[in-house]
Amino acid sequence: MTKEEIIKKLTTIVKPYVQNEEGFKNISEETDFINDLEINSANLVDIILDVEDEFDIEIDNDAMEKMLSVKATVAIIQEKMNA
Amino acid sequence: MKNRVVITGLGVVAPNGVGLTEFTKAIKSGTSGITFHQELKDKGFSCCIGGIPTISEEKKNEYLTPLQLRGFNSTSILYGVISGIDAWKDAGFSVDENSDLDYNSGLIFGTGTSGIEKFREAIYKIDDQNVRRLGSTSVIQTMASGISAYLGGILGFGNQVTTNSSACTTGTEALLMGFERIKNGNAKRMLVGSSSDSSLYTWGGFDAMRVMTYKHNQTPEKGSRPMSATASGFVPGSGGGALVLESLESALERNATIYAEVLGGNINSGGQRNGGTLTAPNATAVQKCITDAILDANISADEIDAINGHLTATSKDSLEVENWTKALQRTGTNFPLINSLKSMVGHCLSGAGAIESVASVLQIKEQFVFPNINCEDVHPEILALIAADKIPQKTIEKNINILAKASFGFGDVNACVIFKKYSEF
Repeated sequence: MTKEEIIKKLTTIVKPYVQNEEGFKNISEETDFINDLEINSANLVDIILDVEDEFDIEIDNDAMEKMLSVKATVAIIQEKMNA
Repeated sequence: MKNRVVITGLGVVAPNGVGLTEFTKAIKSGTSGITFHQELKDKGFSCCIGGIPTISEEKKNEYLTPLQLRGFNSTSILYGVISGIDAWKDAGFSVDENSDLDYNSGLIFGTGTSGIEKFREAIYKIDDQNVRRLGSTSVIQTMASGISAYLGGILGFGNQVTTNSSACTTGTEALLMGFERIKNGNAKRMLVGSSSDSSLYTWGGFDAMRVMTYKHNQTPEKGSRPMSATASGFVPGSGGGALVLESLESALERNATIYAEVLGGNINSGGQRNGGTLTAPNATAVQKCITDAILDANISADEIDAINGHLTATSKDSLEVENWTKALQRTGTNFPLINSLKSMVGHCLSGAGAIESVASVLQIKEQFVFPNINCEDVHPEILALIAADKIPQKTIEKNINILAKASFGFGDVNACVIFKKYSEF
């Protein structure tokens, strides 16, 4: 799966949790979930569960802690899918 | 100086009507909300009938955001949110997620157990060694105060925001606790109410105790029979009710519609002494609760025009009526009119006190007494205490000035509130 395809799927996943629509419109690799999209930090665990379902991977606690931006999340998804 | 407290908004989610208009119509016409439920039969319940409010997906979306509805599985929170928002709007306020924090408004919204279906989901996942799959929604939907937490955020309240729990007394207790808070000047407005889940897992324990009727699975609408000679146990119900209590001063300033005044009330416990147990009431304490409520309201027992009883359709109904006659010192034709909403909606458990308080206040506002359905054969023990025409079988249009409402619950706990038609003096 290409990076672009992953970002496209990730965008669909985070959409319901987004509280800053402006930030969502400009979503890019550099987007930070909490600062740019104003996602409630409690919802980050829900996003991770949705990512696991969508990509059929399992994300451990160490990886989870890093998943605060699109870039970091894409990297972790790629790593787990290639594992 | 103590503040006078009035009711300025109502909201209700009941098995026989969701929303004030539908509910008022239902109670005036004696419409039952009790139906047969195949899932109860499939699980081997003795009682396969119950009262469940009808809420469409569309309706859910009017009250909760798509994000709030993700993984949402708590009817007690749903009923609490709908009735609470409705009551707040009915009082003339708007609901706006960007509203200023309001330190003068608070809420006390009770429940027995919250989100029991959500809790079941969590238990299955944990037992399956999948605790991490619970996500973020498990805690907020299963904590008892989930309901007050949802409502507090939706409405932006800055005063006390809490949840109480006292079995089937819960809603009436919430109302009286909110009343005290405004009376003592700690808040201007308190949204009070209670709700109960529609769930097999809430009702199962009662079925096991054999306190629910198993005789009306073919005739659900006839099943809930408070004060009837053929009463054979309660019918489980569910739903929520909410009332906006407000200081008279604040209500007048806003030129708000006043439904009724809360004159006073009492909350006590029988301490599981003198005949009281975990599940049965201490009759002396019940009577004291009523007489203390009358004292607190500063009225005489003779001024009470109508009673909305607890009256569940178990063998305890006669004892309850006897307690009222002793507390009021009124019997026979001198007894007030008495009714039980449970004949139409079943026993809504922790939601009962609030739903029934809404029904009580509507009777004062619209000056009527709703009928006791399924009571064409009044229990002889009750007829020995009060005249038959004090138990209306049809809606009566009548000037109701003062109404007493009581709720009693497991744990031997009691609450009685006195409502009065609002007048300036």
